[in-house]
Formats: sequence, C-alpha cells, structure tokens
Amino acid sequence: MNLYVLLKMVPDTVEELNVAADGKSLDSEFLRFKLSEPDDHALEQALILKEKHGGKVTVVALDAPEVDDVLFTALAKGADRAVKVPINQAGLGTVASAKVLADFFAASGQITPDTLLLPGSQAIDDLEGEVAPLLAAALNLPYVGVVCGVKAAADGKATVMKEFAGGLRAEFEVTLPTVLGIQSAEKPPRYVPVAKVRAVMKSAKIEDADLTPPDRPIQLDIERMYKPEAAGRAEMFEGTPEEVADKLVEVLAKNSVI
Amino acid sequence: MANAILVLAEQLRGEVSDITFEMLGAGRALAGASGAPLYAALLGSEAAPLAAKLGTADKVFVVDNPQLNLAPAGTVAAALKVLLDQTQAGLVLLGCTNVSLGISSILAARAGLPMVNFCRAAKAEGGAVVCTSQLFGGKILSDVKLAEGRGVVSIYPGAFSPDAGKSDKTPPVEKVDLPVEESKVVFKQYLEPETGDVDITKQNVLVGVGRGIQTQDNVQLAEDLAQVLGGAVCASRPVIDQGWLPLNRQVGKSGMNVKPRVYLAFGISGAPEHWEGMQNSQCIIAVNTDPKAPIFDGAHYGVVGDVLEVLPALTEKVKAKKG
Repeated sequence: MNLYVLLKMVPDTVEELNVAADGKSLDSEFLRFKLSEPDDHALEQALILKEKHGGKVTVVALDAPEVDDVLFTALAKGADRAVKVPINQAGLGTVASAKVLADFFAASGQITPDTLLLPGSQAIDDLEGEVAPLLAAALNLPYVGVVCGVKAAADGKATVMKEFAGGLRAEFEVTLPTVLGIQSAEKPPRYVPVAKVRAVMKSAKIEDADLTPPDRPIQLDIERMYKPEAAGRAEMFEGTPEEVADKLVEVLAKNSVI
Repeated sequence: MANAILVLAEQLRGEVSDITFEMLGAGRALAGASGAPLYAALLGSEAAPLAAKLGTADKVFVVDNPQLNLAPAGTVAAALKVLLDQTQAGLVLLGCTNVSLGISSILAARAGLPMVNFCRAAKAEGGAVVCTSQLFGGKILSDVKLAEGRGVVSIYPGAFSPDAGKSDKTPPVEKVDLPVEESKVVFKQYLEPETGDVDITKQNVLVGVGRGIQTQDNVQLAEDLAQVLGGAVCASRPVIDQGWLPLNRQVGKSGMNVKPRVYLAFGISGAPEHWEGMQNSQCIIAVNTDPKAPIFDGAHYGVVGDVLEVLPALTEKVKAKKG
C-alpha cells in the first residue's frame, strides 16, 4: 500500500494563547507547537496498515516550528520517507494549506491505485474547513471523515469505520485511491524512545518538495480574534485538597446526591 | 430580496437531530433580519418522511432518493450544490457534527463560497453576516465577516437553542429530482454501540476523567469516588483513545450525551467536543490544574488543583459524611 500521512503542527492549548497586536491572529512569540492529535492517530493507523499489508509510509508536512522533530519522530516510529514542503504553515488557512498539498500530490504524480492519503479528521484551528475533504475535492478522490479504523480489502478496496454519535459507528467500503480523515487509530499512538529519534536524526534525511506558495493565504475576512469572556465563570474554591473537598461535599449535599 | 438561507436538515436513523432545529432557529433569526426566505433540504429516502417536522422553514426541498441515504460527503455536497443553484441561496447552514463533517468544505470549494467552521453565534450586520467561531479547543473566539451574507457555515451543536427552530406549522414541501453520481464510498452496516455494564446516560452522578488523570492506574481514584457516590466513571476522548476505559464511557461528540444531576470533571479541559456531551448536566464541578481551562467558563463550581490530590481527598470526605 502507498500510504501518505499529512502532519500538521498546532499550538499547544495547554499553554496560554494570546492574540497578536493586529487583533486577528495568535501571538506567535510564546506559542509552543505540537503535532495535531488526530494526525498522530493518522500516522499510527498508517503504521498499523503497513505492518499488516506491507507498503510504504510517507509523512508530509508544511514548514512549521518544531516540525523537523515531528518528522524525525515519524521516521523513528517506522515511516519510510519524510517530506517537508518549505512553505510556512503560519498564516495559511485550511483552504490554502489544502491547495499546497493538492499541488504536491498532483505534481509528484504519486497517487497510485493503492494509495491512501491520511490526514487527521480535523484540527483545532480549522476555521476555513478541513484539509481532508478539501484535498479529496481537489484531487477528485473519494473521502470519508471521522474514521476510527481501516481494513484493507481485496480488489483495491478498503473497509473503513466512521464514528457517528452516541457510540454508533458504521462501516463503509471505499475504492482506492482515497482520502480518509482519521479521528483515532485502532490502537493508541505508539511511543518511541528519544534515543531512537536521535539516531534517526543522524542517519535519515528529510526531503524537500518544491512548490509555489498560494496566492491567497487566508480566504476569510477575519474581523478579530479574542479570548472568550468568562461570563458564567465557575464559583472557585481555594485551599488544601482537604479544604476544597469539604466545600465540594457541601455542593454534592446541596444537589442531593449524598 | 436578500439571499435565501438554506439549512441542510440532519437526521440519523429516521430521527431529526437537534442540530437541525438549532440551525433552523439560527437561520430564522438571520432571515428575519434580512427578509430572506429560509429553506431546508432533506436528502435521502430515510429523510424524506421528516419534512413535516421542519415547520420553521418557509419551504422544505426533499430529494427522496435512496442513493442519498448515508451518502458520503462528496455526494451530499454535489446534491446541495444543485439545490443551491436552483434556490439562489447565498447562505448555507450545516451541522458541525460527525454526520455532516466534510460536506461544508466540499460544497464551499465547489460553489466558490467562503466556509466558516465551528460557528457558535451569527448575526446580520447590514447585508453581511458576522459569524463567531471557537478555535483552539475553545480558548479563542474569532469573528468572521461574510460579505453580502454569502457563505457556507458549519454550526456547532449546542450553540443555538433548538426550541427556536421548532414549529407546529406544516411547511410547503417541494420534491426535487436530481442526478446522484455513483459513489466510490458505499455504506455497509451500522456497528451498534457496546452496551457494557453501565449506561452513563442513566446516572445521577458522573465522575468524568480527562487527560489530567495521567495514567490508567489513576482511573481507579475516580472509580473509588464514583462508588461512594453511587455513580459511574466516564471520560473524554483522550482517555478512551488510550484504552483506559471502554467506548461506552465516552462523553462528547462521538460519545454519549449525558445530563446527570452532578457531573464532576477531573482533569478535563472542556474542549468543545467534550462540552457538547455534558453541558446540560444540572451541576458541573470542575477540577483542573490549568486556571485558564475553558471548563471553568461553563462549570458551576471549580477548583484549580491537582486531581490526583483532590480525588482521594473528596472520596474520604464523602465516606465520612455518609458515615
């Protein structure tokens, strides 16, 4: 199988996020980036498919802070090739990002009959839509999103599991080549020791792809970005764990559950 | 007259989803401001019988074609594009749900319209529409202006009132026949949720755990509290994805919608996908190390602290109180 995983860096929301002086974007100065979580699952799903059916896993990412570490980590986990598109992801909306990636796949002509393109199903900054369906539309490939399992079937098809709501899932049969937006892999993403990543950094190379930056980095007219007002903010309890536990017991009693 | 507004009515297994009424309510408010007609689209033979429930719409377009049942996003987008051209609608509202994910992006690309995702508020401003979206797990809001009120907007579930979109009126229905392309994505079967030992939708008290619980072993601390409270343990997506709790314990977009008397959220940041599934709990208590966690904006009571310390302390205090 010819497996491509699209990796994207997103701000780590564990850190505080601030709005830049222009009032329309994030202040990048103190941002810490991490791999978008569904993309991590997409990588895991690709590695599982490779282990089951053979083939090659290529990871592709746009340029972003700390993206080299993520690409090397993917290689250490078992990806065969890593490609970095030297166009800065910062300031690109989803539509422009998807356009660059579509150009990459169209130009490289690497979409074979057994190709699976595996982006994450969604990202936390997908204001303009999701990469997976946009890529599918641009390349005229079938698409399924919110995928939580993939089984290769015979005759150029795959069985994919999609999540609905309330724990309900459904199976779909898809003809390859296809784009699958991965929500979660069949197993949690594997761990790879730092020493192994360091070894890969010494021996492996990240390839560059030569592409033209998009004309319109952002499609939308963003008037402003801001932090939500904490209008209905919780009544906060402070103190030692025992002290707050006492307060919480009062709340539980007041709500008649004890 | 201003551009018509078209709502893609969402249903699952013959039931109109709440998001449909939320969108109709939101669409009605926007249409009222501009005097534009509000249309609803029902696609597929399973959806067709539901037209009578969409009385908030000025007209319901029904495409009674079995090929559109659980059709892939690309097929639905193509059908909607035909309706968009036919109705001259300028604004399309779809659900930001697992059922509809992907349709908006493809439709926007094909129709050459801007797409706004994660929308939780929308207002008319002159001829324009300004949408407020939540980004970065609910930590940032963004206002986007759609000039002339034209665009495809993906509406976040739970952001608008479903009651505003419900009506006893019977809407005019127009049946539409349109070509449906052969798809390379074919529905095979539903996989029913595992029932398991516990139904978290039927509990008075839920002890929810998120990433902040850190390890599988620590889940036991939540089990201990749930046991003394006579409730059950549930979790946000990261905990389920790790395999620390079974799927039937997941709360949120892909999981269950719960409304217990008390929901305790331990180490749950309150990302929109989780909030969607527990926001209607009568009392929400949140414990998190991050004072900026969005969960504190919606919870009734909050503690900034280490869940691994607060959980066992609370279990002991509850035990003591109950004697």
